[in-house]
Amino acid sequence: MSSRIAALDLQVVGKPRRRVDARAKVTGQTRFADDLFLPRMLHCKLLRSPHPHARIRRIDARAAVTAPGVKLVLTGVDLPIPYGILPVSQDEHALCLNRVRFVGDPVAAVVAVDEQTACEALDGIRVDYEPLPTIADPEEALTTPQPRIQPYGDGNVHKKVALQFGEVDAAMASADRVFEDIFFYEGSTHLAIEQHAALAAVDPDGKLTLWSSTQTPHYVHRALSRVLGISPAHIRVIATPNGGGFGGKSDPFNHEIVVAKAAMLLGRPVKICLTREEVFYCHRGRHPVLMKLVTGVNGDGRIVAMDLQTLLDGGAYGSYGVASTFYTGALQTVTYEVPRYRFRGCRVFTNKPPCGPKRGHGTPQPRFAQEIQLDKIAVALGRDPAELRKSQLAKPHALTANYMRIGTMGLGECIDRVVAGSGWKNKHGKLRFGHGVGLACSSYLCGAGLPIYWNALPHSGVQLQLDRSGRVAAFCGATEIGQGSDDVLANLVAEVLGIDPFDIRLVSGDTDLGPVDLGSYSSRVTLMMGHAALQAAERARDLIAQAVSASLEVPASRLVFAGRRVFDAEAPARGVSFAEAVQRGEAMHGTLGTTGSYTPPESAAKYKGGGVGPSPAYSYSACVVEVQVQPETGWVEVEKIWIAHDIGRSLNPVLARGQVEGSVYMALGEALMEEMAYRRLPRHLSGVLVHKFPSLLEYKSPTTLEMPEVITYLVENPDEAGPLGAKEVGQGPLLPVMPAVANAVYDAVGVRVDEVPITPEKVLRALGDRESRRCGPKSFPFIVWPEPLKVAPPWEGGDGTAVNEKPRRRKEGVLMSPDVVQPGLAPHPSTPEAGQKTESSESSPEMPEVLR
Amino acid sequence: MMRCGRFHYHAPRTLRDACAMLQDAGSDGMLLAGGTDLVPNMKRRQQTPKVVISLRHVAGLRDAGPDGNRVRLGAMLTLSDLTAKEEVRARHTALFKAAAQVATPHLRNMGTLGGNLCLDTRCNYYDQNYEWRKAINFCMKKAGEICWVAPSSRRCWAISSTDTAPALIALGAEVALATRDGERTLGVADFCRDDGIQYLTRNPDEILTQVLLPIPAPGESSTYWKLRRRGSFDFPVLSVAAWIRRPPEGRVEAARLVLGSVASRPVIAEAAAGLVGTTLSEDVIEAVAEEASRLAKPLDNTDFSLGWRKKAARYLITGALRELRGDDPQTLGPLARRAAELAPVG
Repeated sequence: MSSRIAALDLQVVGKPRRRVDARAKVTGQTRFADDLFLPRMLHCKLLRSPHPHARIRRIDARAAVTAPGVKLVLTGVDLPIPYGILPVSQDEHALCLNRVRFVGDPVAAVVAVDEQTACEALDGIRVDYEPLPTIADPEEALTTPQPRIQPYGDGNVHKKVALQFGEVDAAMASADRVFEDIFFYEGSTHLAIEQHAALAAVDPDGKLTLWSSTQTPHYVHRALSRVLGISPAHIRVIATPNGGGFGGKSDPFNHEIVVAKAAMLLGRPVKICLTREEVFYCHRGRHPVLMKLVTGVNGDGRIVAMDLQTLLDGGAYGSYGVASTFYTGALQTVTYEVPRYRFRGCRVFTNKPPCGPKRGHGTPQPRFAQEIQLDKIAVALGRDPAELRKSQLAKPHALTANYMRIGTMGLGECIDRVVAGSGWKNKHGKLRFGHGVGLACSSYLCGAGLPIYWNALPHSGVQLQLDRSGRVAAFCGATEIGQGSDDVLANLVAEVLGIDPFDIRLVSGDTDLGPVDLGSYSSRVTLMMGHAALQAAERARDLIAQAVSASLEVPASRLVFAGRRVFDAEAPARGVSFAEAVQRGEAMHGTLGTTGSYTPPESAAKYKGGGVGPSPAYSYSACVVEVQVQPETGWVEVEKIWIAHDIGRSLNPVLARGQVEGSVYMALGEALMEEMAYRRLPRHLSGVLVHKFPSLLEYKSPTTLEMPEVITYLVENPDEAGPLGAKEVGQGPLLPVMPAVANAVYDAVGVRVDEVPITPEKVLRALGDRESRRCGPKSFPFIVWPEPLKVAPPWEGGDGTAVNEKPRRRKEGVLMSPDVVQPGLAPHPSTPEAGQKTESSESSPEMPEVLR
Repeated sequence: MMRCGRFHYHAPRTLRDACAMLQDAGSDGMLLAGGTDLVPNMKRRQQTPKVVISLRHVAGLRDAGPDGNRVRLGAMLTLSDLTAKEEVRARHTALFKAAAQVATPHLRNMGTLGGNLCLDTRCNYYDQNYEWRKAINFCMKKAGEICWVAPSSRRCWAISSTDTAPALIALGAEVALATRDGERTLGVADFCRDDGIQYLTRNPDEILTQVLLPIPAPGESSTYWKLRRRGSFDFPVLSVAAWIRRPPEGRVEAARLVLGSVASRPVIAEAAAGLVGTTLSEDVIEAVAEEASRLAKPLDNTDFSLGWRKKAARYLITGALRELRGDDPQTLGPLARRAAELAPVG
């Protein structure tokens, strides 16, 4: 299938190597955002709302403004332009304008000579609130349209989507068996060890620079330009190496905008580093999702139709929520053949920190449901769960019912590897009571097919600059968040040019110095930046080869770039060092520089909503978990995990295995203990709704001591769509672990826990329920769904469009706003600039009185 | 990061000076031992001392040694110091296991024996930063009026979360308290009070200087089991300290059973009397565990659900007693391995 790239003779790619930034990381020399200090730097702290939902009537900051050491106090009126990661959800303000929507929503900012002074000055700001009723959960949001948390959407329903691929009801009616289950997936947060931090400074020429622990400097760049009203050409965003991101640093954040504004007003650098509590309030983590999954199968367990409903608790803002909603349905079709499929999803607003993308973005929840239900189907039909899955794998190089284009598909081999490695056949259903194994599978994107805002530009660009010293510098906007994107860049360029990755000078995550890369999200960097890097490197190689060919009188096609030399393949002694080769190239062509870029192929999904899910390639994973469950207490101990991941090609196996093990770790946290739990105080005493424990100690997440042994298999089956055949590994391996744990618990003690986290109390409750032998949600609320968009599957004559959709015209979004040019310092907020556009999304235009 | 409020810092070199400074500071003063409890609490403004008196440089407080038929352990010995002592590991198993399971190695390197005994009581409504507590309008333990765990209650229900106190009570230990005017000793059980706010009987001018531990006679054995979500650093949500005297092959002559983290102080289970005169048969252990577990009346202010913690109490007590009978905890299932397990020490 991909014999050409499979047969490549590679020097660097595929060899286990120390990552290029390892030395800095292990010696503590990596400079994270909070490690940065600039002369005359000031410090910022945010005052946050103590109310879950309230109108701001008045802010009296006079005591804070006059406190010694305080340089500036900002409130919502200073930053009135809304923003948000998605063009359809521009619902955030850097500081709340006139309404707070959850405990922790920022209301004011203090900038002072040091952090201590700024902290103390927060006490000098008096905010007069008018509390409003709160919405704590989705069912309450569905039945309580007023008061509205956001002025858009329908009541407190943010978004409803409905898609149908083929006549699902007819297929369901013809099925031999129909399985109907309700599942709940609790919300969890990213828990990156580095708290978000940002530093802003105005350059001597009046331009703005922001250093920030962000996964998406390009999107932050856009948001800054919009909210600050200055030309993007005058803003530079530098993504510092992230101490973990996992999706939690993918939105533009209020603190980034606040320090940028403060630095502009004061002409001095301003830094902020959030506390752990504040990171919990930034959140954007896993949506809690209630799911109803109905699947019709024929007598041997083959799926004939699937009907999925999801209800997402979105928190107080939009964030990536519309995309998250579509993602709870988009990838249900890429693992097994699903001939007909209906998906309906609903996201609601609640008075809690906003949910967003966390590793797997919207897909782990329905994957959990699907993989447990398949286990139930296998039990009901007396089939081996591994065989049941293998008998109906989605076809490679084909379209799914919802028009996802699958390339290579290594799931069968993944299943074989974990089945063989774990001794599945001798264990499943055969271990003594209290011991069990469970199996589950999954798939994930290798980059979203569409950017966050519609445009026709490349998703990633790489620029190379070569010097007569033999030094190669690689520039790219991609962001190192610990996943190893810098290493991927060096790896591929080194491979093509025949040099060592450590020979390369890397400049990444800097919007001034490198071409745009959309950011480290959706597992897109290896594939998209990788292609751009290959293209740039191949162009450089060709320029050099032309010159070396002329001087050595060897055809360029016979030249080999390897071992820091360029030589004749037929007479290896005949060649020059890489540096000499570059010199010859420079002599022939002038200064050597090349670029490469990548744009994903056009999607086959033409229907509205079809923008979420398409990807150039899909990775696959299979996992077997072995557990011991103590029936007296319900205690679950995960003893060992076997996981196989179809990575296409592993560029650096050390990093790839690290990503698999890291995914397993994060997955076990979600499977067994993590909970974004909230507490409502007794209603007759208080209207408060608070995060139960916004702390690293009480929000339970496993540590290395809780990690079981993990056996990792990398399945390498190069995919033409990936650079040298590579697919993603950062997110996919998380997905199968949670359902595999649930299935293992069933194998051990015969009860189903249809929700995460699978805590000992839930196992015990299921063991105690002699009738259902189950713990999990019992009902799915009635939701009035819109008529689904109807799309015929490819095998029923469909062309990827919906038959009942009004014609749409795709509008080219505003890329940036270069028309708003306002170099230098902005005027003081007390004299708002005339004509400054205020796009308030607040339902009530009534603004609070601000005294300072 | 969160910042402490402003305070004066004193670093006395003698116990006499420390006592004087403490008395002079009055209600504004607090003692700093390892700081692993006090400093984060100060950052969260749970405690707001204007004067902090460090005991780090006070001579003699890290001494340890025999004293007649007892061992004296200085209150400023770190938990790591304690677990590194072979005689503690060999003779005072309950204390060793308790100290070894406090928090993480880093925190045990700083945290002290005396500090752990004086550990502030804990509660999900209290162990939060200032802004969070402001959102709930505070609670009676600090700056508020109500106990959110039990809103109709007049008292505070914060939980005693010290690991070493239950162990030391089971071992029959005493503490020495010094003031400018002299020293007194009292049993660890009497050092603790069942009130979430006033959880110690220590007078404000007293400094805990020593722990006095009886040297065990032949036939005495003890253990400590700790229930927590993660074996790596959590506070106990329930703990069991047990001690017995039983000659080889003989019957139990004396027994003590103490439950930790079920109230604002460690709770002595009188049910232990049921072990005396027996050979710790399964029936006896189960009956005693059933009775003792009734003392566990969990409230919704720590990890895990109430109902489950109550079930777990019985299981933990049974396990600890089986271990003292001679059963290998490794054979008692995964939760037993967790509860009796020692985090890697050192």
